[in-house]
Amino acid sequence: MIELEGISKTYRIPVRSKGVGGAIKALFKREYEVVQALKGISFKINPGEIVGYIGPNGAGKSTTIKIMSGILVPDDGKCQIGGQVPWQDRKAYVGKIGVVFGQRSQLWWDVPVMDSFELLKEIYDMTNAQYERSFNELCDALELRSFLDHPVRQLSLGQRMRCEIAAALLHEPEILFLDEPTIGLDAVSKIAVRQFIRHINAKRGVTVILTTHDMSDIEALASRIMMIGKGEILYDGSLESLKRTYIKSKTITVDHHDYKGEVQIEGVTLISQGRERTILKVDTSERSIAHVVSDLTDQLSLKDVTIENEAIEDIVIRLYQDHQI
Amino acid sequence: MRAYIALFRMRLMLEMQYRAAALAGVMTQFFWGMINIMIFEAFYRSSVFRPAMTMAELTTYIWLQQAFLVLIMLWIRDNTLFEMIRSGNVAYELLRPVETYYFWYFKLLAHRMSGALMRCLPILLVALLLPKPYRFVIPSDMLTFALFVVTLTLGVAITVAISMFIYISVFVTLSPRGSVLIFAVIGEFFAGLVIPIPLMPEWLRNFVYLLPFRYTGDLPFRIFTGNIGHAEAFQGLLMQCFWMISLIAVGRFLMNRVLNQLVVQGG
Repeated sequence: MIELEGISKTYRIPVRSKGVGGAIKALFKREYEVVQALKGISFKINPGEIVGYIGPNGAGKSTTIKIMSGILVPDDGKCQIGGQVPWQDRKAYVGKIGVVFGQRSQLWWDVPVMDSFELLKEIYDMTNAQYERSFNELCDALELRSFLDHPVRQLSLGQRMRCEIAAALLHEPEILFLDEPTIGLDAVSKIAVRQFIRHINAKRGVTVILTTHDMSDIEALASRIMMIGKGEILYDGSLESLKRTYIKSKTITVDHHDYKGEVQIEGVTLISQGRERTILKVDTSERSIAHVVSDLTDQLSLKDVTIENEAIEDIVIRLYQDHQI
Repeated sequence: MRAYIALFRMRLMLEMQYRAAALAGVMTQFFWGMINIMIFEAFYRSSVFRPAMTMAELTTYIWLQQAFLVLIMLWIRDNTLFEMIRSGNVAYELLRPVETYYFWYFKLLAHRMSGALMRCLPILLVALLLPKPYRFVIPSDMLTFALFVVTLTLGVAITVAISMFIYISVFVTLSPRGSVLIFAVIGEFFAGLVIPIPLMPEWLRNFVYLLPFRYTGDLPFRIFTGNIGHAEAFQGLLMQCFWMISLIAVGRFLMNRVLNQLVVQGG
């Protein structure tokens, strides 16, 4: 359904050296620096997938989203979404997609939310029945009814973001692009947004591509993740296999009865050792957890054992470091 | 079409929220109109030759300018559009299944028409009741009135088409200040909003007739006052159609060009 092939985009950024001298020089001759935002990225996404698109700031996530939404023309490469080229058939194409830019707003600031929705109804040329159905579903799922009559400027960020998402889905698009939909939201609103994305994906079969810096968004939603860095796709696959490939160690926290000696176990790194608590890091490629735990029971009288995987955040940071981005 | 009608309704609702602005506008325009008439009256009284426009015509002309100010002034602008371009929220505008040029054209049209609806009646009503030489005079025949309505409508269409160039230029410069100033100063002078066109020297008048600006307000207002007869009015109407179509065509071409090169930056 979504197919990108060798998409690249460069930006020209005006630069000048600092100070008055630089300003005077720039008066006569502008200098530009060419930044390659995307270096020929390719991927395919099937209908009904939820894809988490991650990468550090400036990696090219938003650029990709903008190209896929048809508002940015790439320098090179092919892009077919639902049989159309987004920036060529823009008018016909945009009716099939919904987009939320987490840092921007599409609602009319000074009028009640409801008025914005009704305007969208007309812009997307929806029938009354279609609008009612979609509107009611979104209102229930996102719990909007209590503030539909409030002007947008009076809404809290969480309420506004829910309205933004509703506005993007009102015309029942097949594809939803979410560019940092949970940015700045509190825990409760984040969970509400995630639940809703799952709901709409299951119910309407909407294909969802979301970018985020919050790994718990990805863990809660995406079965597939794509990681981009310096304009290239660095990883494309399931979250599970990412974990399998990159989680090489586990942390074991042991609470035990008073022990004064030194814990000595093969193949582990001792992170800290106290009289009643010892923390170890196990490299699972060298030693299995079972062996380590059995060694531990031999040496210590255990009260409690906690085994933790590395957090997904840490994996991602390591991935970034591995690729030097 | 539905989208544009809805847009118009939205704009009208929005405009009705800004009651204080409308009231302030009415007061200012009324005051400004009075001063203008006083100045011209002083000139007329001390003038040695007969100007190409009678004092009664001029008075009505000035009241029309003030009452329909929002329709024809080029400095009237929709800051939300500038803000959209500057902040990048314009990204959302490009996601709508409509042609952006027309979408904005109708936004601006709605902005002007809703503003004028709130302001024109109070000004004209009061001006009707004033003593001479300040009185606003309504034309006696229906044809004049009909011609006025048609040419004013086309005039607004031309004003919006011209002002679209300001918005298009902001895509390149990112700051509306320069464009607004240049368009406002040049455009309004050539539209007869500073000195009524009949009072300009002949060489200047001939030049002004070649430009689109006078077809915004000058033509309909002079038709209303009777300064322009019916035959000339029909001619002017044709010229208006010509300017409207060509300005929109050029505007659309330029808009599509800037949009294709547009880069909305940031997350």
